[in-house]
Amino acid sequence: MGITQILFWFLTALVLGSALMVIFSKNPVHSVLWLIVTFFCISGHYILLNAQFLAIVNVIVYAGAIMVLFLFVVMLMNLNAETEPQKNKWLKFAGAIAGSCLLLVLVAALKDTDAMRQEVLMKTGDIGLIHNLGMVLFRDYLLPFEISSVLFLSAMVGTVVIGKKGD
Amino acid sequence: MTILNIDWFFALEKLILIAVVITGALVIAMYSTYAERKVAAFIQDRRGPNRAGPFGLFQPLADGLKLFFKEEIIPSHSNKVLFVLGPSLAMLTAMMTSAVIPWGSKVELFGRSIDLQIADINIGILFVFGVVSLGVYGILIGAWSSNNKFSLLGGLRGASQIISYELAMGISLIALLMVTGTLSLKEMVEQQRHGHWNIIHQPLGFLIFLICAFAECNRTPFDLPEAENELNCGYHSEYSSMKLGFYLFAEYINMFISGAVMACLYFGGYDIPFVDESALAVNTAAILGAVALLVKVGLFIFLFMWVRWTIPRFRYDQLMRLGWKNLIPLSLLNMFVTGAWILWKSKSH
Repeated sequence: MGITQILFWFLTALVLGSALMVIFSKNPVHSVLWLIVTFFCISGHYILLNAQFLAIVNVIVYAGAIMVLFLFVVMLMNLNAETEPQKNKWLKFAGAIAGSCLLLVLVAALKDTDAMRQEVLMKTGDIGLIHNLGMVLFRDYLLPFEISSVLFLSAMVGTVVIGKKGD
Repeated sequence: MTILNIDWFFALEKLILIAVVITGALVIAMYSTYAERKVAAFIQDRRGPNRAGPFGLFQPLADGLKLFFKEEIIPSHSNKVLFVLGPSLAMLTAMMTSAVIPWGSKVELFGRSIDLQIADINIGILFVFGVVSLGVYGILIGAWSSNNKFSLLGGLRGASQIISYELAMGISLIALLMVTGTLSLKEMVEQQRHGHWNIIHQPLGFLIFLICAFAECNRTPFDLPEAENELNCGYHSEYSSMKLGFYLFAEYINMFISGAVMACLYFGGYDIPFVDESALAVNTAAILGAVALLVKVGLFIFLFMWVRWTIPRFRYDQLMRLGWKNLIPLSLLNMFVTGAWILWKSKSH
């Protein structure tokens, strides 16, 4: 077993373990912190695929910005195990069934796709490097890229409108 | 010697380099505390520490010993694990940035040519940016786990401040990246060695970056997370002993590292001004270059202190207005002008 494989299995165990901890932690703040660990491990996987740019953007955007806001909100609301309202039993059942349905559909949809038959390119792929990614985004997918940026702009305008409502 | 497809000599070389860089950062941070007191004393027309050793040079050692021997108190209402995790994270993120900074050119030892940089990754500056954005967790976790309203307020202030100033910092960086065309710090320094320093191309960008660096390091005039007169020391109110020391120390390491980043980005890194390094022997040039970088960093640290003892703290609304209404539009303008300039230059050729 080479060093890449050892790292792969180590990261995989870590990512699954921390993802499970997100669900099973009683305290919401702990859940958020475990989710940050999960994002870090996924970034590790990106680095194994030689996609350093994606890895660092994942850290900056998700672990560095979005999760800070999550933590912010959870800390301000002061949620903890005691104040958590007990959910209806039927609601739990419905949640479990709906979640399993989603899993089933995802597995069925992805089972026979091309991506599953391809060998993962460890350390050799180069699409995640910033030069190649930029070329693909701004040459082949320019229109979708610009449209998604307009979407972000509209979201920002929406936030300002909601924020101004009180005045 | 290779086991598991790893060149172990290479690993050993990197380990030694990491140890040297971290020890260096710690020692410099330690003596920054001494320098801070001396600079403050000079500005306020006092003498500063002068009892421990000649010129008070052993003062940092005495302070460190004091912090170690103080009683360690973990409040009974706090979250114990996170209470310890907070200062550790603050220290860890402060240290991690040093990995991508080029401390000098190559040295040749025992027939091997060794880069004086721990990792030359092709996304160097983004790595710095990512680690800086994680720095907020140390403050936020420590503040929340203390279970104290003053601490929580300080932590929230710190988090919102860092997020706000990160935006302007990122945009001013984009303008610089458009000029240099690379994300690797090593390549940026090499470009500046053979051309002009980037400060000539990006004076406004540097000014914005400098202000944001002050905010990210929580230095006065941006030290609102620990404003003593209103928040009773803010996020570290409940901390004592060496855990408090970690928080205070992390600030000095951050100052050192951000000085090094600014020197590499805008002031030529290990480039010695007006000297042709290729005329010197390889090892001499590397060591002189490293000394030149440290001198530049020292000047930045002095600037940090000078500002701290000159300008009073902002009010919170002033801080937010400066970040969102002044710095972000300015950095956007800077990016726009830089883009237009690059376009005009490529057209005229």
